[in-house]
Amino acid sequence: MSVPAFAELLERLIFTPGRNAKLALLRDWFATQPDPDRGIGLAALTEELVFTAAKPAMIRDLAAARTDPVLLALSHDYVGDLAETVALIWPERAGVNAPPPALSEVVETLEVTPKAELPGLISGWLDTLDSGGRLALIKLITGGLRVGVSGRLARVALAEWSGKPVEEIEEIWHGVAPPYLPIFRWLEGHAERPDPRDAPVFRPLMLAHPLEDRDLAALDPAAWRAEWKWDGIRVQLTAGPGGRRIWSRGGEDISGGFPEIVEAMEFHGVLDGELLVIRDGLVAPFADLQQRLNRKLVGPKMLRDYPVGVRLYDLLFEGGEDLRPLPFDARRQRLEAWVERHAPPRMDLSALIAFASVAQLSEVRDGARAASIEGLMLKRADSPYLAGRQKGMWWKWKRDPLSIDAVLMYAQRGHGKRSSFYSDYTFGLWRPVEGGGEELVPVGKAYSGYTDEELGWLDRWIRNHTVSRFGPVREVEKALVLEVIFDAAQLSGRHKSGVALRFPRIARIRTDKPASEADRLENLMAYVEAGPAAEE
Amino acid sequence: MPHPETWLRVLPDGLFCEPGGFFIDPVRPVERAVITHGHADHARPGHRSVLATPETLAIMRARMGEGAGAAQQAMRHGEVLRQGEVTIRLVPAGHVLGSAQVVMEWQGSRAVVSGDYKRQADATCLPFEPVPCDVFVTEATFALPVFRHPDPAHEVAKLLKSLALFPERTHVVGCYALGKCQRLITLLRAAGWDRPIHLHGAQQPLCRLYEELGVPLGELRPATVANKAELRGAIVLAPPSAIADRWARRLAEPVTALASGWMRVRQRARTRGVELPMVISDHADWPDLNRTIDEVGAPEVWVTHGRDDALVHALAGRGIRGRALHLVGLGEDEDEAVAEAPEGAPAA
Ligand SMILES: [Zn+2]
Ligand SMILES: [Zn+2]
Repeated sequence: MSVPAFAELLERLIFTPGRNAKLALLRDWFATQPDPDRGIGLAALTEELVFTAAKPAMIRDLAAARTDPVLLALSHDYVGDLAETVALIWPERAGVNAPPPALSEVVETLEVTPKAELPGLISGWLDTLDSGGRLALIKLITGGLRVGVSGRLARVALAEWSGKPVEEIEEIWHGVAPPYLPIFRWLEGHAERPDPRDAPVFRPLMLAHPLEDRDLAALDPAAWRAEWKWDGIRVQLTAGPGGRRIWSRGGEDISGGFPEIVEAMEFHGVLDGELLVIRDGLVAPFADLQQRLNRKLVGPKMLRDYPVGVRLYDLLFEGGEDLRPLPFDARRQRLEAWVERHAPPRMDLSALIAFASVAQLSEVRDGARAASIEGLMLKRADSPYLAGRQKGMWWKWKRDPLSIDAVLMYAQRGHGKRSSFYSDYTFGLWRPVEGGGEELVPVGKAYSGYTDEELGWLDRWIRNHTVSRFGPVREVEKALVLEVIFDAAQLSGRHKSGVALRFPRIARIRTDKPASEADRLENLMAYVEAGPAAEE
Repeated sequence: MPHPETWLRVLPDGLFCEPGGFFIDPVRPVERAVITHGHADHARPGHRSVLATPETLAIMRARMGEGAGAAQQAMRHGEVLRQGEVTIRLVPAGHVLGSAQVVMEWQGSRAVVSGDYKRQADATCLPFEPVPCDVFVTEATFALPVFRHPDPAHEVAKLLKSLALFPERTHVVGCYALGKCQRLITLLRAAGWDRPIHLHGAQQPLCRLYEELGVPLGELRPATVANKAELRGAIVLAPPSAIADRWARRLAEPVTALASGWMRVRQRARTRGVELPMVISDHADWPDLNRTIDEVGAPEVWVTHGRDDALVHALAGRGIRGRALHLVGLGEDEDEAVAEAPEGAPAA
């Protein structure tokens, strides 16, 4: 029953917006499916197992051999997606009563089947499945599942299902290959926790809490260290005899996207740092780094135009030695000595910022206007490196947001709990048009920052002021001013306005302000820092 | 034998039987109308005299009161009536309660107008009966080979499994008030769901009428704000337009389901924001459309509405002459309109 069971899970996951509901579906999968299929299914969902045995063209040909070409074309035209069209149109054959394959059978058979025999093998499987099963199989073997289950989400579900802390699962996860039998045995209490030894595994990152005013007042400068909070993506570099990996903050393996970093990882240890686009020692705005994200492969042009480096924050392991229990100061000393000794290419130290008082530190923070800096990190000098968000150990102190008064232009329904509310807002600013007058140009989208009451109010306002609709989107009267705050404004060729906002959110509804008095595009442009940010 | 084209014509008001002097499912008020079933795109108000099954007439009276027709003539299955030079019979279409095919004979030539129909079992109405004829006038709502409706029991099982997995959440199922709603209730009862089923205000009058007409539905309760706690883990049936709108917010963390033949295609489900698509339709799917046409054995098939291109193509391959009528105004009932259903339905 395994491919059909997997198909059912897949269908629910694809249509379920809520995180909690997704977790419940995954827990149910772990609890009800046999080994090794539950691990194979899990690896397929998180894309740790990706198949490319069959090309979409082969699937098309299989369907074409069994259907009328005009009807296939009309159907494809209607459905849109080829895999789905084939899954739906596949003619069921009377008299086929072979059981559908198990996931493990699919995986094992694909590996040993010569290319020429694949079409026959796949047709045979399709004959045993219903339309949902056929779709799951086709998506699986063409490498196109894309259900949006992150490895992190899957591990949280495993933790909830088994009662084991998620950090303990994270630490060994990448040391065990699908179908993760030793992990399931451990989680079900039948065996000890597997020992990853030299395998490159992800260690959960230490995270910071946002700093509140009262925390600031109590801060003793002598006991705290400060450094810049760089605006890139947080990474963990793991290298040793077992291999090299770059992990994202959530424990996803992103090594494939950054080959130049992997190449530079000529060491044995584990480092914590920020991945940034750095040109001649200058950090580029986040928009540049975005060009490099979510790519499985990168070409030479990407490597040349968007060179990346890692600014190092911390040293977790040196060789096999676990430094995490040491206080921050001691780890920092080891890190500095390590950088000096190795001088690794494409890596540098994130500098500490000396300060004698909170007032002085505050000035430093206010003075940082570079787009590549989000604010300050404050770390207690004696803090060990602990998994997760630990109160009172590390603070992040973001710089004050920038703000504009913009006009609401379009609204769209949200997802999950918010699916009945217009909760996503596109807002715009005025700019002059040729021949006189002004027009609104959209400058960004925000879906947070408001209270539940404000959301309810906005939802009603939008319904009562709609001028037209396109699918789920409503265009509204250009009459409502929203105060939008954001962390930075960066030039962008991909936006009509020529500018992109970093983390925009709604701060206030300005019913007191007429739309004609909202900000002009030039007001926003004044916030854009020209060129790459200077290193500080 | 006269060709049906000479006595059955497409006029702006709809399909007109000339020697009988009546329209079938006309879109505008006419003197004399024969109505196949109670869906709003087939049964419109304001005709002077209306001929239909007793159930269809009852549904029309419940929905449009005075507008159901100044003179109403009920005709049971099996009865034969002479209207002008034409004899008329009404034969079950299996679509919703009271739904009928119109069988007409004139000078030895027989035409059957199917209205909407399906071949799957439905406990709320009589099953479709194929009638051999010279021309078969069919719908084609789901006339693409990608539409093959699964066993509805399987779809209901998906809903019950979700209830087991999320026992705290209200499961709100969008379904058209006439036909789909009551069929879903009988499917749930057949699957062993004997708890009360809750209804959005728009679903209540027709459920009451079905029960009066002899279709038992078990315990039904209104889904109102007052009983939000009671709605945890309950099934609520609502019009498709209500499931993603303000009305649904009052429910406890609703799981939104939608019962419709269109749910077979993912993109359709996705644009409606549906979490649990249930492929249940009251229209014939692709294999059933083709099987039915083969069974009635008509050398000529006229297609009223839907995907006439695919159906006419498939018929040509079997030597059957297909003709697209392009009737306007049809295809706005439950399954057919679900993708574009308006929002802002009345609250319960
Ligand atoms: Zn109908
Ligand atoms: Zn209809």
